[in-house]
Amino acid sequence: MTITRLFLAAATAAVALTSATAFAQTKTVAITAIVEHPALDATRDGVIEALKAAGYTPGDTLKVEYQSAQGNPATAAQIARQFAGARPDVIVPISTPSAQAVVASTRDIPVVFTAVTDPVGAQLVRSLDKPGANVTGVSDMAPVAEHVALIREIVPSVKRLGVLYNAGEPNSVSLVKALKDEAQKAGLTVVEATATKSADAQPAARSLVGKADAIYVPLDNTVVSALESVVAVGQQAKLPVFSADTDSVARGTVASIGFDYRQVGRQTGEAVVRILKGEKPGDVPVTFAKGTDLFVNPKSAAAMGVTIPEAVTQRATKVVGQ
Amino acid sequence: MSEIAFFGAVEIGLVYALVALGVYLSFRVLDFPDLTVDGSFPLGAAVCATLLVAGVNPWIASLVAALAGSMAGLVTATLNVRFKILHLLASILTMIALFSVNLRVMGRPNVALLMQDTVLTPFYGLGLPDHVVRPLVVLVVVVVIVLLLSRFLNSEFGLAMRATGVNARMARAQGVQTDFHIYAGMALSNGLCALAGALFAQTNGFADVTTGIGTIVVGLAAVIVGETVLPARAMLWALVGCVVGSILYRLAVQLALSADAIGLQASDLNLVTAVLVAVALILPRMRLKAASKKREAAR
Repeated sequence: MTITRLFLAAATAAVALTSATAFAQTKTVAITAIVEHPALDATRDGVIEALKAAGYTPGDTLKVEYQSAQGNPATAAQIARQFAGARPDVIVPISTPSAQAVVASTRDIPVVFTAVTDPVGAQLVRSLDKPGANVTGVSDMAPVAEHVALIREIVPSVKRLGVLYNAGEPNSVSLVKALKDEAQKAGLTVVEATATKSADAQPAARSLVGKADAIYVPLDNTVVSALESVVAVGQQAKLPVFSADTDSVARGTVASIGFDYRQVGRQTGEAVVRILKGEKPGDVPVTFAKGTDLFVNPKSAAAMGVTIPEAVTQRATKVVGQ
Repeated sequence: MSEIAFFGAVEIGLVYALVALGVYLSFRVLDFPDLTVDGSFPLGAAVCATLLVAGVNPWIASLVAALAGSMAGLVTATLNVRFKILHLLASILTMIALFSVNLRVMGRPNVALLMQDTVLTPFYGLGLPDHVVRPLVVLVVVVVIVLLLSRFLNSEFGLAMRATGVNARMARAQGVQTDFHIYAGMALSNGLCALAGALFAQTNGFADVTTGIGTIVVGLAAVIVGETVLPARAMLWALVGCVVGSILYRLAVQLALSADAIGLQASDLNLVTAVLVAVALILPRMRLKAASKKREAAR
């Protein structure tokens, strides 16, 4: 059994090496992501940035450990166990499966998840305001409230907001539910139109003509893949079309507010700092990521019969379609 | 390696030991390279998670999950045996189809089980820490399955199945219904993989459509490492070898995770794991060579 002995020897060496670098007074933050991915990497960098801004210097008063599961959930589970055993001050899992694996592995180490769309549905926390236990975090659910506010700013006359989505996509269904809540608060009524396949997107959009004052397209795979046909309807009927994602603005929607994932990371880092300073995770409410990227398309807006107010163009991160 | 990390590696190794046993059945016993595994593992997780959320007893949910996996194995076997599609291609077809099936079963890409009762729930709070309870429960399941499987493969039916894999024409000449044995073997193999998926979902608190990626690679690595470390002729020991191989593979991943201490990055994980497994495979061979050289020198 030489192999086993080899493994054991190497394991002992690894323990010796890792424990030698740890010293008192240092806070340890362990970060893990399911896979390397620009948005997830930016989130991680944002977390570290926020920690630096709060006076925790990596290599001095802060030790950051980072592990990527390289797309493999079994490895994610193993990383979760490793972190549970290493007992860092805070564990930051990025993405839903990583967060679930970490939460399943520890009941006492503070966990601050991030880039999770639906933390209650993923059973990470029982409630957003008062998560309880050892878990809190940041959700990257689309900033629907900010979208509604943006639509009202660009189309002040809006009373009826049309929403175009595939009722078979769970993400869209939960988004539309959130949209209805926000619209109600703003005094708008939501008019729904559904498409089960991309080819149905155009007729569905046309069905909204006369019934809605603006169209909102959530991040719905079916409708977004047929976005051009929806934009065409908007131009013909002078009906402004808005999207939940900023990428669609270049394809012809009027405007959108999206995430800068580095900012999502910074927001997460701020929660981590609160816990490092002594707050209990269960008392820190789960927050929704704030959208900071504003994309506008004045040319498309003109084609759909609206003018983007100067104030909006002024603060836009990017003006497309020139 | 902390105690929790060690037990975690053993636990995940034991869960994947069921995959290794399944792969041993298809790949070694039946000589049928089967990629269905990448789909039947998450199928087991999906079925089990969906039933648990619906309030079904966890053991029954796990059993139904295993049956669902068996059905997947039967589909691959039918494509191959009945419609003469090359085994590799037949299994790829089933695997990609299962991705959609799994999405349908769950109704969304991820089902959470963090707040559901699982097969482990009754064993928590019996005095042992969670990270010891989990591998213990899985160990009991694995031991029972290894014993049953060894008995099965040494029975007349099992011997006929082994004959089918070694030499189908000869087996047929001896009156073995080879087609039937391929169906049975593939069903059993994928049933085990689906059971592994069900246990994985329960020990980690979620079922996710992406859980299947690379399952076959892990299973094969476990079988081969096991054969290298524990070369055995007796069926029981060959099966134990699969289990040992699977645990060693996970310990290798665990080592790779600690590799940042020697200047490697998190993104090097897959490479480090591959190198460690390769070393595990090469070392015994070099030892053999050295031994035979010594013998020659002594002569």
